[in-house]
Amino acid sequence: MAVTKLFGASVRRREDPRLVTGRATYTDDVRLPGLLHAVFVRSPHAHARIRRVDVSAARRVPGVAAVFTGADLAGKVNPLPCAWLVPNADLKTPPHPAIATDRVRYVGDAVAVVVAEDRGAARDAAALVQVDYEVLPAVVDAEKAAHPGAPQLHDDAPHNIAFRWKVSGGDVADAFARADRVIRQRVVNQRLIPNAMEPRAAVADYRASTGELTLWMTSQNPHIHRVILSGVLGVPEHRLRVIAPEVGGGFGSKIFVYPDEAVVAFCARELGRPVKWVEDRRENYLISAHGRDHITEVELAVRSDGTLLGLRGRTHANLGAYLSTAAPGVPTILHGLMLSGAYQLPAVDYEVVGVFTNTTPVDAYRGAGRPEATYIVERLMDLAAQELELDPLEIRRRNFIPPDRFPYATVTGLSYDSGDYAQALDTATRMLEYDRWRDEQRRARQQGRYLGIGASCYVEICGLGPSPVAGAVGFQGGLWGSAVVRVHPTGKVNVFIGEKPHGQGEETTFAQVVADELQVPIDDMQVIYGDTALTPMGWGTYGSRTTPVGSAACLLAARKIVDKARKIAAHLLEASEADIDYQDGRFFVRGSPERAKTFREVTLQAYLAWDLPKDVEPGLEASAFYDPPNFTYPFGTHLCVVEVDPETGQVQILRYVAVDDCGRVINPLIVDGQVHGGITQGLAQALQEAAVYDDRGQLLTGSMLDYAVPKAVHVPAYLTARTETPSPHHPLGVKGVGETGTIAATPAVVNAVMDALQPLGIRHLDMPLTPSRIWQAIQRAKGGTR
Amino acid sequence: MIPAQFEYHRPETVAEALQLLQRLPDARLLAGGHSLLPMMKLRLATPAHLIDLGRIGDLRYIREEGAAVAIGALATHWMVESSPLVRQKAPVLAEAAGRIGDIQVRNLGTIGGSLAHADPAADYPAAVVALEAEIAAEGLGGRRTVKATEFFTGLFATALQPTEILVQITVPPLPARTGGAYLKFPHPASGFAVVGVAAVVTMDRQGRCERARIGITGVGPAAYRAAAVEEALAGAELDERTVAAAAQRAADGVEVNEDLFASADYRRNLVQVFTRRAVLAAAQRVT
Repeated sequence: MAVTKLFGASVRRREDPRLVTGRATYTDDVRLPGLLHAVFVRSPHAHARIRRVDVSAARRVPGVAAVFTGADLAGKVNPLPCAWLVPNADLKTPPHPAIATDRVRYVGDAVAVVVAEDRGAARDAAALVQVDYEVLPAVVDAEKAAHPGAPQLHDDAPHNIAFRWKVSGGDVADAFARADRVIRQRVVNQRLIPNAMEPRAAVADYRASTGELTLWMTSQNPHIHRVILSGVLGVPEHRLRVIAPEVGGGFGSKIFVYPDEAVVAFCARELGRPVKWVEDRRENYLISAHGRDHITEVELAVRSDGTLLGLRGRTHANLGAYLSTAAPGVPTILHGLMLSGAYQLPAVDYEVVGVFTNTTPVDAYRGAGRPEATYIVERLMDLAAQELELDPLEIRRRNFIPPDRFPYATVTGLSYDSGDYAQALDTATRMLEYDRWRDEQRRARQQGRYLGIGASCYVEICGLGPSPVAGAVGFQGGLWGSAVVRVHPTGKVNVFIGEKPHGQGEETTFAQVVADELQVPIDDMQVIYGDTALTPMGWGTYGSRTTPVGSAACLLAARKIVDKARKIAAHLLEASEADIDYQDGRFFVRGSPERAKTFREVTLQAYLAWDLPKDVEPGLEASAFYDPPNFTYPFGTHLCVVEVDPETGQVQILRYVAVDDCGRVINPLIVDGQVHGGITQGLAQALQEAAVYDDRGQLLTGSMLDYAVPKAVHVPAYLTARTETPSPHHPLGVKGVGETGTIAATPAVVNAVMDALQPLGIRHLDMPLTPSRIWQAIQRAKGGTR
Repeated sequence: MIPAQFEYHRPETVAEALQLLQRLPDARLLAGGHSLLPMMKLRLATPAHLIDLGRIGDLRYIREEGAAVAIGALATHWMVESSPLVRQKAPVLAEAAGRIGDIQVRNLGTIGGSLAHADPAADYPAAVVALEAEIAAEGLGGRRTVKATEFFTGLFATALQPTEILVQITVPPLPARTGGAYLKFPHPASGFAVVGVAAVVTMDRQGRCERARIGITGVGPAAYRAAAVEEALAGAELDERTVAAAAQRAADGVEVNEDLFASADYRRNLVQVFTRRAVLAAAQRVT
């Protein structure tokens, strides 16, 4: 294990200077000679038959190069595939055309695209495209959509059911028969809009002479985009280059293969000129994948001492109008399998029904399935504690998987790698001064004030792969990481990675890892990513996977470099390779430190190749592909104290403590940043964010005027700390931390608010816990007439 | 988010602006642009002509006129918020200005632009009706003043004529023994006032309320004075119970707004709570 001064150091993010000075190059900054601009014409109806599309007026607008409809795409742009075909679920995959031809299924579904010399002309012309719609009844709620008689979206998905998937283990019937208490709850995990700061964008450039297509796009995984778009567009992979320049956040929304980028590429190919499309914020709300949207009926069997016996339930997962790229895997594999939480749960029986509705497609959003699972489990733990009159921390302690039981086989079939859940809880409890706040709460209640303390003890699955498991659960790809370490003749180093950081800081952390291993200064190191023509194949940045899989690949490639350099050094020093030590960037003969060659000297010789050992090739570069043997399972405890103003229903967060364990930490500064951002999104789901549709499928929260993205004024100071339980199967012991905050925060905040309202007899409220929702519940609880 | 085509005009004087306004059909005035430009980008507003008042330096001032404070229409929210004169003579107006949007908005948005736009959830209207300010409008025929309490006539509607430009806001001096407070419940997304209450309370020599002026925004189609509350407070001791009872009438006779974030019931409750709190805070600040 490489432990030097860089691993574990709070190195400042190397990507930040260009970001904060406005010097970064985003997709919209790509300008090419002869660039045309595309604007889409989108359905204003959630469900309608297209009778006719008349583009004649739009074509006459000065500056318009072309207007294409769905019919023009026939044979040139294939329907978009779903890439997570969850098995044993009777999964239906109705076709998803890039531009609708006969029917639109959600507000925002594209019906035409206008390409013009400038965006203004394209926008003006788009307004002139006449579409004759026959409006059909729409359905937006997953439960209602699954009812007989609901409007049908796809002919080949009866009752709008995309799949039925089950996870079961242990004897659930017996668990409920033996239970002292059964806790039942209906839990709604509302739909969210990801709100990456940079909206999506694409620039396509096609060279007819060579058949090469270059696509700049906002991507979390340019290699996946290349593979899939190659099939969608019929451009062979070796002639398709996907470049994801600076990407301004994604939170999952830039993983997927959407229609728009494919259409932009099609336009460039048809017109022989480069074409750019930049999503505006209103489009972003309508067409970029949403997250969550589960309705769950769940029950928990417990003994009177709080021991968990079993969990059963059913979730209706709203998938939106079409299957987005990873949609089936999120509410199943990433959700259903995590229902054991941090606890010893002996039995589970749980069904997930994936349902089509006339809404924006739903897919992975930061946390992706795990926040939903953690929310259910952690709400149930609080409800059980309340029912059994146990302290909510105590019931958790009693059920924790103890540290000596790892690797722990969950009843859902996973193998948790390592953990010390009680240690994280104890640390958080101390940091908060939990007992003092309980005293404070008692005093407050006597004064008629509503103070609440909430806990969330989470465990999550990340570091995706391993690949064989990905295959077994229907993921249509591998899940390994890759790196090429290229040492240049002067001893400077480029590290090329297959993943695509877009805010997570691996440009810094991977430089730390490689610099440590090569024993060269971090300033001699540059990490390069995001261009399929430069970087090795990789599966992208999501699922908190880049650091766990990518750092290992970097490490292994760097080790190969040192091994080769050692061979060359031994030859130059006329010593046996076995006698060569490497320290402080110098190869030397053991026992004779003066007989040495520096890393730089060896590198130069590797390239000059004047005098290399017989079996050694010139040059100094190495690649590694790392497929992890298991997932990693970060965990922790978040505690939150709130006060509710009973007059207004407003929630004030008084304290927030986060203790996370993401294994060994490469860069504490970056881990803190990830945790802070994650908590912010998590508490925003608890208190203020919700995507709301009306019954006709119109998005009522269609802009930042209505959809409450968290701002600085909405968040408290976070008190963070870490415990460190290395992943035993990872060469650096790291686990991943990109989603923990989001997963942990939501139930911690909701539990705190419910704890505050407990004296009023309010047992559960669905999120977001807006002031009006809380106030109305208080009025009902008081038997008021309002 | 690209607006429809329009022609852009940038007059240097009010007279020039008035002539353009008279001459050009379908023209809108731009005075900061923090409401108009987003509407244009969404194509909810598609004016053929945009008359940018931004270069009319003569309208960007805050000064004393006799005992009153005169504020030029193009004074930015930041100027109003930070002006020592406003803070001293009409602190509730500075307080309201400081609660508008964020610092970027306050650096560009103007008081005249905001008042003329008359958003039912804007902050200024509550303050100007409570302060009984006067609003000066200029047309080609000359200048006239409108009482703030008569200025807001409905949803996004004012007493301004289409050919007039709002040029000045005049805040009369406050009587002795007066305190003010602006309390706001901001919408978590838009930052606009779900409820905003500006209370200006004048005490008599015996420590009772001589006069209370309550301006309320966000609750009805336009900002209004809560006459029933004012009546109930006149001559009363401002103890918690009295004020709470009076504040119950904060939305009397008002058709209360309803939206996704706040039902009419909830908003009515909020305005009652915030009126009570604002009056008590104002009473605390009486000097």
